[in-house]
This record gives sequence, structure tokens and C-alpha cells, in this order.
Amino acid sequence: MDMPDFSIALPEIFIACAVMALLMIGAFRGNKSTSLVSWLSVVSLIIAGLLVQYEAGETFVTFSGLYRDDAFGAFMKILCLGASALAIIMSMEFNRREKLARFEFPILIVIATLGMMVMISANDLMSLYLGIELMSLSLYITAAFRRDSERSTEAGLKYFVLGALASGMLLYGCSLIYGFTGTTNFDVLSQIFTTGEATPGIGLIIGLVFLIAGLAFKVSAVPFHMWTPDVYEGVPTPVTAFFAAAPKVAGMALFLRVFIEPFGALVDQWQQIIIFISIASMILGAFAAITQKNIKRLMAYSSIGHIGYALVGLAAGTEEGVFAVLVYMSIYVVMNIGAFACILAMRQRDGMVEDISELAGLSKSQPWMAFLLMIFMFSLAGIPPLAGFFGKFYIFVAAINAGLIPLAVIGLVTSVVGAFYYIRIVKIMYFDDAGEGFVPVGRTLSIIMTVSGIFVAFFVLFPSPLLDSAKAAAAVLFS
Amino acid sequence: MLDWPILSTVTFLPLVGVLLILLTSGKEENSARNARWVALWTTLFTFIVSLFIWLNFDNSLATFQFVEKEPWLSGGINYHMGVDGISMLFVILTTFLMPLCILASWESIGTRVREFMIAFLIMEALMIGVFCALDMVLFYLFFEAGLIPMFLIIGIWGGPQRVYASFKFFLYTLVGSVLMLAAMIVMYNVAGTTDIPTLIAFDFDVDLQYWLWLAFFASFAVKVPMWPVHTWLPDAHVQAPTAGSVILAGVLLKMGAYGFLRFSIPMFPNGSEFFMPLVFGLSAIAIIYTSLVALVQKDMKKLIAYSSVAHMGFITIGIFTFTEQGLEGGILQMISHGIVSGALFLCVGVVYDRIHSREIARYGGLVHRMPRYAVIFMVFTMATIGLPGTSGFVGEFLILVGAYQVSTTVAFFATIGVILGAAYSLWLYRRVVFGELVKDDLKNIMDVGKREMIIFMPLVLVALWIGIYPAPFLDVMHASVTNLIEQHELALEATKTIVNATK
Repeated sequence: MDMPDFSIALPEIFIACAVMALLMIGAFRGNKSTSLVSWLSVVSLIIAGLLVQYEAGETFVTFSGLYRDDAFGAFMKILCLGASALAIIMSMEFNRREKLARFEFPILIVIATLGMMVMISANDLMSLYLGIELMSLSLYITAAFRRDSERSTEAGLKYFVLGALASGMLLYGCSLIYGFTGTTNFDVLSQIFTTGEATPGIGLIIGLVFLIAGLAFKVSAVPFHMWTPDVYEGVPTPVTAFFAAAPKVAGMALFLRVFIEPFGALVDQWQQIIIFISIASMILGAFAAITQKNIKRLMAYSSIGHIGYALVGLAAGTEEGVFAVLVYMSIYVVMNIGAFACILAMRQRDGMVEDISELAGLSKSQPWMAFLLMIFMFSLAGIPPLAGFFGKFYIFVAAINAGLIPLAVIGLVTSVVGAFYYIRIVKIMYFDDAGEGFVPVGRTLSIIMTVSGIFVAFFVLFPSPLLDSAKAAAAVLFS
Repeated sequence: MLDWPILSTVTFLPLVGVLLILLTSGKEENSARNARWVALWTTLFTFIVSLFIWLNFDNSLATFQFVEKEPWLSGGINYHMGVDGISMLFVILTTFLMPLCILASWESIGTRVREFMIAFLIMEALMIGVFCALDMVLFYLFFEAGLIPMFLIIGIWGGPQRVYASFKFFLYTLVGSVLMLAAMIVMYNVAGTTDIPTLIAFDFDVDLQYWLWLAFFASFAVKVPMWPVHTWLPDAHVQAPTAGSVILAGVLLKMGAYGFLRFSIPMFPNGSEFFMPLVFGLSAIAIIYTSLVALVQKDMKKLIAYSSVAHMGFITIGIFTFTEQGLEGGILQMISHGIVSGALFLCVGVVYDRIHSREIARYGGLVHRMPRYAVIFMVFTMATIGLPGTSGFVGEFLILVGAYQVSTTVAFFATIGVILGAAYSLWLYRRVVFGELVKDDLKNIMDVGKREMIIFMPLVLVALWIGIYPAPFLDVMHASVTNLIEQHELALEATKTIVNATK
């Protein structure tokens, strides 16, 4: 038997090796090496990103059809790697202050990222499951990372129990699909359905539904969103920042990959489910966030809503829709990282605060941070000329071109409801009288929020790099 | 024609001022003073540059002039700017009002002056952009982005109820706008482009036109505002700082009516014709109802805000008559209303700065202490009533002439509105300016100062200029309006023949 071509999975192999090495450094040098391990983790993620970039362009399949590397994967992987690297950087100062600085933390994030890369590159239900579990198990541990905090361990346990249930459903879905088609390989599945060899019977549809349920849990789409607010609130804030970005991207990548490639011909079967999930997510995300007092809970509902918008693009089921999702997720990640950099800067003399009301009068005490947070809020609300508007714009263009006008109108109307709670934060920062204020923002955080803010504010002037690469990535799924 | 991109220059010139203000630092007081001066010079300079648009404008052309086109987003969405006879005057109106707003905020804005000036300059750039944009996405971008600075202007520098007013303003406008966005995307889907001149030439399916018209109407009706979605306006006006009210009344409201002229009428001629009775009905109700409401107001700003709704009702009637007089009168009335209602808000601002009350009952007999103020206030009161010789007369008269050609009933109700308008305006003037000077704190109130005279003089002159010699304004819009009507009639003819042919 021939050896499989390892070079295609070079970034993943590199990360796996780097993780081992980092673990060794950590194990031998103890917790005083945390900062070194963190920076080395960031460096290895960056190197992996360069490797992905270097290979990007052509489509390769390896490991007996289990694994695929293409432009779509490269786009999503770079997004995940970037988001993870930023999450590690943002966590360092926080962990040091909160006495959470242990070397396992960055390593767990890198392992989770490895899982995401496997998910994104999956070309088979087996490798898909493998990637999801690798990511999820690392995420469960990071969620419960603050071992002596009831809130954090509770969140971790909740996440684990529900996550395990979702994984079980997903696996059950996979087994049903295998049972009714006789294969787990995406290429073969796609061939079967396009040639009409297998008609989608009830068993297969149930399998598909379970698959959607499992994936919806990972991206926290309604009705599988219940864990999100509690976990977001309970876990340490850098972990929330991490949860809100990279795993969502990986989950959406998987959604796109699975439903456009192998099950693309069954669009009539899954489209209505996705439409329902997306409407429910948009509505719940918009309305439930209104009454939130904790900013992390608010961001949790906000992320549920945003996943709803992204799923509108998937529901369109067209190349344009995939392109829109890619643009949307990229912008979403930047906005979220910026917003969480601001949330991580909400520190008073006696510790972190999470109440929205603590932001009162921020525009006077810290004008620059308030200004940036305002930009992120308006952008999340989708107000032009900020980047968030363009994400929404392409999503709705795709939906309307696919004939899903009611879905687009519901999405647009919920975005107005959503705007209410985003501008409420602006109101608290700008219209209310000053509260206690925060201690000055650290250098890394202010760099991260400034750079994200510049991207969000000036995307309107230079949209083409992102749009072009998203277009190229989307085209791959339809070739 | 000029060989440099004048429209982009005028649009983005205020942002240069923003950069300059950001560069100024130092003590609170110094930076506030610098910010005021930078903002004033920037807006003045922008105004002077914008006059070159008018000087180089070719009145005989109905097409878009000073066109700029650069690739922007892929897929047929370009950065496309240009003005025609309909939009050009609004650009000038905006740049004309801006320096006056800055001057009006000179002393009344005492906190966070830098931020205020920055918000105002950004606002100016976005407003000019709305009138210059020739691409739907670009238009939407400018149209919506204006919400952010205005939200902040009302919310930070407004009155006691400012939070409520700013939220109401923001959310009302946003609801209408997202429906317009949906319609724009549908048009993009059908026509394959977002280029406004191309879309004007494009024939949309008649049934689709109705839906698209309604979606656009949702946005513009809120912005105009038309009854019954006008309720955000009195709140926003009352709570906003004086300069904010001037911009709201002077320019933001015009965006709605401008939207009708740029989108609804040329792109959906059948839809416009079909919904004409709806517009007439809502406008007539607005004129009568809001005039009556204005009569019983106790707050000066609220009274003027309601009168704005009534005047905008005239304008929508004029526009939807599809007659030359009606359309030209509507556009001229928009300019005139921009000047006059802005000036009235400034008049309220003058006494508010001194007494810090907008209640009508707090005043009386101002003529004894403030003769110059009384004259200025009278000029604008007469202009808002539509006294011959003032700007209000020409527009109103043309609108009524247009309305008579289409429907006597509509003209009848509109004329009643004129009478009611005279009633509430004159009554307001009598209660504030005439009578005995009895209130103690009014006994040593100061008359308008030099800075305030500088603000009011240009406004008085323009209001009289339009009233006495409106030809320069009407000439600018004539070619474009005639073209609009011709296209409208052609489109209706075409549908009729199709309908007849299928019969």
C-alpha cells in the first residue's frame, strides 16, 4: 500500500508536533514558563497560518479520501488560527492578574485549533467527528479552567454534558447516513445524490436532522443554544472571547462544507430546517439580549443572533450565499475580538467587572476605548459604513437572489431589534453620568482593539482583499 | 465642467476638519476654542467650494453632472457620484446651513466641544454624500450612517428627555430603512446593478413596482416625516440642541422628500401613480391635523416641529402632482423650508440661551427689550406663513397651482392648512414678542448680539431673495423636472399600451 501524502496536512502535523514540544517545555519548567509557552503557541499558530497560506490554491485529497485541502479550507483555517492566536494574546494579562496563569491554557487552545483545522479539512464523516471531538474536549477543559470557581466549573460541566449529548446525536446521525448510503466519504456521498443513485428516504433524512442538531449545538444556533449564555457568563472572559470566535468559524465551515458538498443535491430536504434554525436564532438573539445586564451574557445572545444571520447565507444554498457567509464570519470574528478586548479592559481597582452599567460615562474617563466599543456596537448592529453592514448586506443579497425574501425581511427587522441593545451600550457609555471608571487599558489589549477598530471602520474603503479571497474560497465548494 | 472631482471634494472636505480637530490637543478650554474655529473655517471653506458646483452647473442639461465613477465593491456596485438640477441645490443648502449651525453652537455648547464639532462635521459629510450618491448602496450608506452622529448629537447634548428622543429617532428611522434596503436588494437582483441612472431607465414589472414603492415609502415617509409616523420628530426636535434641530429640519427631513424624487417617482412611475391618492390623503391629514396640534402646543420648539410636519405635507403633495408647478414648487419649498424652519429654531435658540426655557408662557413683550430680535423673528414668521415676497410664498403658491390641476379637493385641504399655518404662527409670535413685558427676568434680557446677527443676516437675505427673485433657483431645476415629468408620462403611456394590447 502506498504511503498517504503527508505534505498536504503539513500545517496540522506541524501544530501537533508543536503542541508536544510545548507540553514538554511546560512539564519540565512548570508554571513559570507560562508566558514563554503562550508566546511560542502564538508563534506556532502563525507559522501554521503561513504554511496554510503557502499551500493554498489547489485542491488535494489525501489519507484515503479522509482529508481535503482547498482554498475554502485555507480561508477558514487562517481565520481560526488568527482568532485563536489573538485569544491567547488577550488571555495572557488576564490570567496573570487572576492567578490563572498556567501553561496548559495556551496549549489547550492550540489543541482546540488543531481540532478545528481537522474539522475544516474533513472530507469524511469520520474525520469530521474526530475533529469535532478534539476541539470540543479541549474546549470543555478550558471552560472549567478556573478550578476553584463554582461558576466556571459549573459552566464547564454544563458545557460538557450538553456537548456530549450533541456529539452523541451527531454520531448517531452519521451512523444513520452511513447505514442508508453505505459510505461516509463526502465525495462518494455527493456523487450518489447528484446522480440520483440513492433517493433520500426517511432514514437518511433523520440522519441529516441529527447531523444538523449536532452542528447547530457547536455553533449555538437555536434551539440548541441553551448552554451559550451560561457558559459565556461562567467561564473566564478570555475563554469567552475565544469561544465566541474561532469555534464558531470552524462550526460554520463544517456546516458549509457538509451541506454544500456531500448533501448539496438534497437542498430541498435541509433548506427548511436551516431556515427555521436561522429565523429562530435571529429572533431569540435579538429579543433575549434586550434585558441582559451582564455584558458577557449579552454577547452570548448577540453571537446566537449573528449565527442566525450567517445561516441565512447557508439557507440560500448558492455560491453567493457561501461567499456571504465567509465575508460575514470574517467580519464577525474581527468585531467580536475587538469587543472582547474592550470587555477584558473592564477592570476596576478591585477586579474585573461584567455589569453593563459599569460602562457608564466611559466616554469621559476613557474616550478612546469608549469610541472603539461604540464602533464595534454600531458595527454589530449592522449600521453603515462600518464593516458589520457589509456582512449583513451580502447575506441578504444572497437570500433575496435565492428567492428567500421573507427570510431576508425577518432578518432585517430583527436587526432593528438587535440595534436596540447595541445602542443601549452606546447610550450607557455616552449619555449617562460617569461611574467609577476603569484602570488604564494594558498595551496589548489597546493594540488589539485599535487594530480591530481600524479594520471595522475602514473596511468600507478597502473591501476588495477580503471580498476577492472569500469569492475564490466560495467557488471551490461549487467546482 | 470642472476637471477635478468637486463632489468628492465637497463631500469629504469636512472630514479634513475632523482630522484637524483630532490633532488639536491641550487644555480643555484651548482645545474647545480651537475646535470651534476649525469647524467654522472648514464649513465656510466647504460652502465656498460647493458654490463652484453651482457656478459651473449647466442649467440646460437634465442629465447628471460632475459625474465621478470608481470601482468599489465588486458586482456592479461602484462609487458613483453626480448631481442634477434636483439634488444640486440641496448640496448648497447643506453647506450653507452648516457654518450657521457651528456659529449657533458657539456658546450654547459648553461641554465636550471637540466631540460636538467632530460629530457635526461627520454629519455634514454624510448629508452631502446622500445628495451626491448615484449608486443605491452608496446612497444607503450615507443615508444610514447619518443616524450615528445624529443619535449622539441628540443623546449627548440634548435636553432632559434626550435618551428617549434619541432612541426613538434611531429606531424609527432604522425600521423604515431596512425595508428600503430589502427593496434595493430586490432591485439589484432584478436589474443586476445598483447604479441609479441605469435603474431610472430600467422598466420594473408593474406588480413589483407596487411592492418596491411601498418599501421605499416606509423609509422616506418616516424621514419626511408623514403622518402617522411623524411622532419621532417633535421629540427629537425638542430634545436636540439648537444646531441639531436646524440640521434635522433643514436637511434631514429633505432627505425623505429627495428620496421620493430620486427613487420612487422615476424608478416606479406606475407605483407612484397608483399610490398617489395615499400620499395625498396622508399629506392632507398631516397638514390639517398637525396644524391643529401645533395650535395647542405650549413649547415653542414643539410648535415649530409640528409646523414642519405640516409643511412637509405640502411638499409631498407638490411632488406627487407630477406637474411642473407642483414639482418645482415642492423642491423650492424644500429649500425655503430648510432656511425658514432652521431660522425659526435658531430664533428659539436665541431666547433659550438667555432664559433656558422653551415654554411660550414664560415669554411675552420681548419687542420692548429686543427690537432687532422682533424684526428677525417676524421675517421668518411671515416666511413660514407664505407672505408674498418671502420664500415661503413662491413654493406654496406653485404647489397649490399644481394641486388644483390634479385635484380640487386636495387643493382645498391644503389651502385650509395655509390658513391654519397663519393662525399658529401669528399666535406664537404675538404671545412671545408682543404684549406687556411683565416677567422679571425678561426685563434685562439682551437683544441679539453681533454673532447672532451674523447668523441671521444670510438667512434673512436668502429668504427674501427666493421670495422676490426665485428664477435662479427655478432655472436650475427646470430641465431635470421637465425630464422627470416626461419620463413619468412616457412610462405610464407604455404600460397603458401594454395593458391595451393584452386586452
